[in-house]
Amino acid sequence: MRKYLTEARLLLVGIPVLFWTLIPIYHLLLFAISPKEAGFQGKLWPDHPTLRNFELVFGQKHHYLINFWHQMWNSILIAVAVGVLTLFVATAAAFAISRLRVRGGRIIMNMALLTYFVPAAFLALPMYKAMGTYGLLNSQWSLILAMVTVATPYAIWVLKQAADKLPLELDEAAIIDGATAPQLFRHIFVPLMTPSMMAVGTYALLLAWNEYLYAFLLLSRDVDTTLAVALGAFLSADDSPWELLMTAGFIYALPPAAIYYAFRRYMAADLTSGSVKS
Amino acid sequence: MASTLTASADEAGIPVAASAASRLASWQTWGAILLTPYLLVFFVFVLYPVAYGFWLGHNPESYVELFEDPIFIGAVVNTAIFLIVGINIKMVIALLLSGFFAIPRWWIRSLGLLFIIPWAVPSIPTILSLRFMLNPEWGVINQVIYNLTFEDGPNWLNDPSLGLTLAITVHIWKSLPFWTLILLSGRLAISKEMYEAAAIDGATAPQRFWHITWPSMRQLYLTCTILSMFFTLGDFNSVYLLTGGGPADLTHVLATLGIRYIRLDRVDLAMASIIVALPLMLPLMIFMMRRLSR
Repeated sequence: MRKYLTEARLLLVGIPVLFWTLIPIYHLLLFAISPKEAGFQGKLWPDHPTLRNFELVFGQKHHYLINFWHQMWNSILIAVAVGVLTLFVATAAAFAISRLRVRGGRIIMNMALLTYFVPAAFLALPMYKAMGTYGLLNSQWSLILAMVTVATPYAIWVLKQAADKLPLELDEAAIIDGATAPQLFRHIFVPLMTPSMMAVGTYALLLAWNEYLYAFLLLSRDVDTTLAVALGAFLSADDSPWELLMTAGFIYALPPAAIYYAFRRYMAADLTSGSVKS
Repeated sequence: MASTLTASADEAGIPVAASAASRLASWQTWGAILLTPYLLVFFVFVLYPVAYGFWLGHNPESYVELFEDPIFIGAVVNTAIFLIVGINIKMVIALLLSGFFAIPRWWIRSLGLLFIIPWAVPSIPTILSLRFMLNPEWGVINQVIYNLTFEDGPNWLNDPSLGLTLAITVHIWKSLPFWTLILLSGRLAISKEMYEAAAIDGATAPQRFWHITWPSMRQLYLTCTILSMFFTLGDFNSVYLLTGGGPADLTHVLATLGIRYIRLDRVDLAMASIIVALPLMLPLMIFMMRRLSR
């Protein structure tokens, strides 16, 4: 009896949490599978669920969606570029600071941390103006480099925390063995750090895929922008086809969710263990 | 492996030490080379833009105009409400939920997997979905209200205080899973033995929380709260995608106000509105830098 009472009390927390989490997402899905107009009737399940909206989006059959596949490709390209570049820049820096104990490493780590604390929306405006002076506005490089800038500080910090935990004897042994720094990097550092590097690469990739503010500031031509900006453009018109916006939004939300779940064990272990050290 | 290598080094004596010293010098060179990419990123895309931003916001008259703009004053008040109310509610719920998710049950673990979705997916589709739910005419919420009471529901996003409250709610919806996850890992790091000992002593649940859980998590909770403050200050999406700063620019926060000034072609006001937040932020940033770089 007492056991059931405990379970009931737990359900009393669990059920509201479930609804709170899923209602906006269920609403999104409901719009996507409802025929035009039917989504507005406030039903829990459409009378005639349909994949018609997906057909329209994939077939680019609306003037808001003319560049859907092109923008999807832009999103993929930019996210992958940001993931790879962030991983490269941050791994090199973390190795230099943590294992090679480069002079000034501590100061640079502190500068990176300060950058990490600058609210993203605050850095966006000076970044936008600076990209203008560099002549990079409307080039996809501007968004790639901006997102690398935003992602690297946390990436370096997480990798440095993980690298600091590797036993010091490994390096001592390597010195005595006569290993050069690149050998140490390739044969000891990278193999041991692979899980953390997966986490950091995924983090940067998701950050870039999900980004809206920087993308709409830095890219304005329809053929250059990412899906995020294309979806935001729906907001500007009164005659927007909401059901298509929701369908395109649902498709846009699937890859990051899939990637998150695929790499979850790396993400959970590394990205949070860094923060836990208080 | 390490011990045999050290032993062989001892036998070899001084020559190895000398070559190790030169090795260290070459390590310094390599360290400098490997740091260069980040330093380039930092100088070109952080330091120069920030310096340029300060220069753009150097005119004292911009600040006079800024403080005479009622929309700016409103945005400062909104930002303060957003931070104080939003963050505290979010962190307390996250702390409580982290206790719920620490309970070993198969269904709670499954629920945890779903619970993370708002954080894992992009803001645009989910926030727009919420926005349509709140539409006064055909949104699902007002239809439910109408079906239950035969009266029209409120015009949610056309009321500034409701709009801001809902923006804070959206912010909590989006970021609660992340902080719950972090506090959960903090909770799981507490030794089980302490709880077992407390159970033997007959400690009640509130006693266990105040004497074991809270003392162990206090530092982490503070770190998370301040970090969350930085992220919340930079949360552009929750307000912009839900209310767009409206109605009548009454729900702006500092994160969205800068974009509004840029659209009005007032770069100086945009930069000034950020620079005035620095006296509050810088001490906290330096405090956190010291805290995390230990």
